[in-house]
Amino acid sequence: MSTATTHDTHHEEHPSGLLRWVFTTNHKDIGTLYLIFALAMFFIGGAMAMVIRAELFQPGLQFVDPQFFNSMTTMHALIMVFGAVMPAFVGLANWLVPMMIGAPDMALPRMNNWSFWILPFAGVMLLGTLFMEGGAPAAGWTMYPPLVLQTGNAFPYLIFSVHLLGISSIMGAINIIVTIVNMRAPGMTMMKMPLFVWTWLITAYLLIAVMPVFAGAVTMLLTDQFFGTSFFSAAGGGDPVMYQHIFWFFGHPEVYIMILPAFGVVSQIIPTFARKRLFGYSSMVYATASIAFLSFIVWAHHMFTVGLPLTGELYFMYATMLIAVPTGVKVFNWVSTMWKGSMTFETPMLFALGFVVLFTIGGFSGLMMSITPVDFQYHDTYFIVAHFHYVLVSGSVFSLFAAAYYWLPKWTGNMYDEKLGKLHFWLSAIFVNILFFPQHFLGLAGMPRRIPDYSAQFTEFNQISSLGGFAFGLTQLLFVYIVIKTVRGGSKATDKVWEGAEGLEWTLPSPPPYHSFTTAPEVK
Amino acid sequence: MLVSNVKRWLTALAGIALLAHAGGAVAEWGLNLRRGVTPISQQAYDLHMLILWICVAIGVVVFGAMFISIIKHRKSKGAKPATFHESTTVEIIWTIVPFLILIGMAIPATKALIAMENTSNPDLTIKVTGYQWKWGYDYLDDGVSFMSTLTTPREQIENQQDKGENYLLEVDNPVVIPVDKKVRLLITANDVIHAWWVPDFGMKKDAIPGFVNDMWIKADKEGTYRGQCAELCGKDHGFMPIVVEVKNEADYQQWLVAQKAAMDADAAGADREWSMAELMERGEKVYSTNCLACHQANGEGVPGAFPGLKGSALTTGPVGAHLDIIMNGKPGTAMAAFGGQLNDIDLAAVVTYERNSWGNDVGDLIQPSEVKAAR
Repeated sequence: MSTATTHDTHHEEHPSGLLRWVFTTNHKDIGTLYLIFALAMFFIGGAMAMVIRAELFQPGLQFVDPQFFNSMTTMHALIMVFGAVMPAFVGLANWLVPMMIGAPDMALPRMNNWSFWILPFAGVMLLGTLFMEGGAPAAGWTMYPPLVLQTGNAFPYLIFSVHLLGISSIMGAINIIVTIVNMRAPGMTMMKMPLFVWTWLITAYLLIAVMPVFAGAVTMLLTDQFFGTSFFSAAGGGDPVMYQHIFWFFGHPEVYIMILPAFGVVSQIIPTFARKRLFGYSSMVYATASIAFLSFIVWAHHMFTVGLPLTGELYFMYATMLIAVPTGVKVFNWVSTMWKGSMTFETPMLFALGFVVLFTIGGFSGLMMSITPVDFQYHDTYFIVAHFHYVLVSGSVFSLFAAAYYWLPKWTGNMYDEKLGKLHFWLSAIFVNILFFPQHFLGLAGMPRRIPDYSAQFTEFNQISSLGGFAFGLTQLLFVYIVIKTVRGGSKATDKVWEGAEGLEWTLPSPPPYHSFTTAPEVK
Repeated sequence: MLVSNVKRWLTALAGIALLAHAGGAVAEWGLNLRRGVTPISQQAYDLHMLILWICVAIGVVVFGAMFISIIKHRKSKGAKPATFHESTTVEIIWTIVPFLILIGMAIPATKALIAMENTSNPDLTIKVTGYQWKWGYDYLDDGVSFMSTLTTPREQIENQQDKGENYLLEVDNPVVIPVDKKVRLLITANDVIHAWWVPDFGMKKDAIPGFVNDMWIKADKEGTYRGQCAELCGKDHGFMPIVVEVKNEADYQQWLVAQKAAMDADAAGADREWSMAELMERGEKVYSTNCLACHQANGEGVPGAFPGLKGSALTTGPVGAHLDIIMNGKPGTAMAAFGGQLNDIDLAAVVTYERNSWGNDVGDLIQPSEVKAAR
């Protein structure tokens, strides 16, 4: 330990103050930057959601005009997907992957710095469109042509910010793959890696496979708009539906990019608090890989109403239904891990259990939507909105909260306030359901997505949903308070932090040294 | 506490399913899918209920196990952790059993889908065209064509008036179809992608420029059915409803005759001289259904998004250029080509109206015959 300390001070010649963060190549610093950026974007995107819910509180137009409303739904999605959820998971990977595999840092630290520092510029460029002539992008986050070509001055900024976000993601993914493949401690074979590392390895491959496809699609939009091509213009011999095929070839793996690391987080947390090893480790790995594979061959289930041929609809229905099998295996394994364990219910466990229940409800509605003949009714209604918010908010975002509470004592050396943490969980769990459950009813009753105003029959459930939304939004301020309080002080965390915790990160001191493992640990 | 949370949502799920089976009362609450009035919508409803019940059953088992575990296997009750952590047998079982359940779902779903996609042998074909932000209908067998636009007054939308019974779901010209006849819809769009959806008919199809999609309806009950555009199509996506009136054969034939008579009257009117007052009156109507959404009632537009017409170079300049923009649109913007959507009288009227409103005082009027010549 003492040698490690001297070694450390030797390297502590990095700049201090603001420049430390600008020039940092340290995986923990960059992880922290990612997480702070993601949290800031979570609140900006959340503020947009509040505008949406305020406008939808009553029928009629109260606060915003329809064009701005469309900008809000579009920007909310783009910010939450590319600004909040994805960077948050990359931040977790930065902090945890080296510590979990027994490495000193990420394999490519300078690229790591770059992949983070692209993000704020891309984010500012995207948010800047709010102040441009013609308004922010309003054609939905899916950017379907021809509608997206009606965007005003914001259009090229939208495309370029997507390019930058994509470059950042690809560099982050390369770094994670190289780190995991090359820097594992001696004895840590692939099948001994923690599940969080496994899920991120697979996610990183998905990112590298699909981000360039997305970049290609938006570049074609750009040339259609400015350079006289007509890839997606029927009048010029192009095909507007081809954009949707390309977009969803990216878009479906993209949704798994946002959920697979969440599976990893939950697979770390449940065994710790059940004090029992994860049930079916290898089948969890295979299930994750199967889900990743299936994600490439189901894209057109987002397009059941575009007029696919019957055989196409049948194929995409069957392939989509198959996803339920590996996803089911995961849920069964989590429940079996709990079975005959010795459970306690600290905040990370509460969020993980909330994840299992609410993500599964989102999975059920997903299964319903895979049935093509019924999806004709669900498609583009609030039923879909309810579905993907269940898997993304009470799925991905809950897992991020679980991760934050689980590893915060390790990162900061201080315990968070357990009472406040539990309060944060219960308020979030209750309000997220008040917010999104009624949206199932709205969708089934016939309310389309992305409308700023609705007929009177939808009023009650929209009001309940809006109230749940405001309360859920306010509750998240509590999280910021808890995190700040933990960073500033609190009872000291032990190295192991949790009684049932296992894995290399818990063998390091809390907080861990600047370079995680200067000497590779031996894994047996 | 988590236990109660799980229980609450299970109850809610089961409750919805039960209520849905109870039928009628729930339809008013708008909790569940509607059974609708076509074979398609009824099949979709039955499948929806089947899958919902299967999900509820799986949910009860999975959450039930989780929930028992949470109650019994907690440290505070002195539970000691077991050491088992894998079993190939159970992994195989819970891979195969769900797979079999899925096959059970896929069989009825496949049958339903094949029936839904069979648009052959229709009794009647209607072409549906999506525009920003209205629907156009062409009865291909009978030569009847019209536009269908939202009639809810701006005052209701802007909360200056109480909202009517069919707020946002009312149009000037509803589609009329005969009961118990297989109606095939050919669906396309003129500008951006829209989607034609009436929930009671159980089917929605995207309207895509350059594509012709089709779907079919066979309504078994007379009545008025309402729906909306279901694909984001720009600013007024939420304001382009669909209203379908299903009538008996005699009423349908009567409606057809009346439509044809109205169209003939318009065709005849195009050749005569129109007075300023006539054109202004008609122009105001045409403006409010076609132009007002973007260029606004006061003609000032929306700065940065939609140009104003009040005192603009276009509306006070040469009449030929003005008519040209309206007829042919402006590529790359939301300004559509109205030449194909409006007849000669409407085009003449709206040009005249725009040149002589909001303080524009050009004073000239353009005759329908001139528009005809310009085509």
